[in-house]
Amino acid sequence: MSSSNSGNVGIVIVSHSPKVAEGAADMVRQMVGNAVPLAWTGGDVDGGLGTNVAGILEAIEAAWSQAGVAILVDLGGAETNSEMAVDMLPEDRRTRVVVCNAPVVEGAVIAATESSGGSPLAAVKRSAEEFYA
Amino acid sequence: MSLDREAREKLVRALAHAVITHADELTSLDQAIGDGDHGLNMKRGFAAVLAALPGLADKPLPEMLKTIGMTLVMKVGGASGPLVGTFFMELGKALSETPGRAEFVAAADKAIAAVKARGRSDAGQKTLLDVLVPVQAVLAEGGDAAAIAAEASRAADRTIPMLAIRGRASFLGERSIGHMDPGSRSTALLINAAVATLVSEANS
Repeated sequence: MSSSNSGNVGIVIVSHSPKVAEGAADMVRQMVGNAVPLAWTGGDVDGGLGTNVAGILEAIEAAWSQAGVAILVDLGGAETNSEMAVDMLPEDRRTRVVVCNAPVVEGAVIAATESSGGSPLAAVKRSAEEFYA
Repeated sequence: MSLDREAREKLVRALAHAVITHADELTSLDQAIGDGDHGLNMKRGFAAVLAALPGLADKPLPEMLKTIGMTLVMKVGGASGPLVGTFFMELGKALSETPGRAEFVAAADKAIAAVKARGRSDAGQKTLLDVLVPVQAVLAEGGDAAAIAAEASRAADRTIPMLAIRGRASFLGERSIGHMDPGSRSTALLINAAVATLVSEANS
């Protein structure tokens, strides 16, 4: 987990595998440096493959930005758990967090690149989703 | 329906026992068409629910159901955590401490609608909704405990020839046909455990 206080849209990476999530975050950092708040989470609460809501909530907190947070997920449970986490956020934050329908690694790099230019949340989400559409 | 503290604890233990004793079977079902973690995930979730006893059963029924739901959301790990957890949480939100059948039917309707929204799914896609929706229909029509339990088991069986449209099994396309949906099986187990406990309470 890591973050920055750039004011750009934050990026959260959620994978069933902590290694995939961390690796994708490494790729994002290489691309955009510390220009965007970034956090990753992966694995179930026992450390096995899976995702967990508490970990996702922590990652959102770590990558929090007033501009909002874009979440990139891999497979179904990561998406469902991320949407659950978003619904559990305080109301003033809930509307500023989106789950992107994009591949987790490529989407994270593209979303972060868009964010690093100061784009708003909707544009960050769109860029991740359109690149591979 | 009024459940005293002892009955609430029995209900929690019966639900957890049903899932935990069938964890290997649920995992086998999930290995056939999913990622093989359903039994382990549900077992972890219900072990955490059990660990919340005896305090959990001190809570009034609505609060107890909400707490079970939140525990499953936080502990299960797969998509089934938010799905099954949402069902319990919404049921708890909609029920009073002493619900009658009409109130229970209305609450279950709300809870099922919330599960559909959470999974962006509906009956017919080889998910737990293929048990929840037909069982709810029997409940709403006034079916007795035996009819409700029988429908839960039959509904899970009816997922065997279904093509998966949602969830990990949908990646298999037509190869998902011929296997029971693990989420439907665990949901049927939970319903049967709840019915058995409520019947024994009503008769005691």
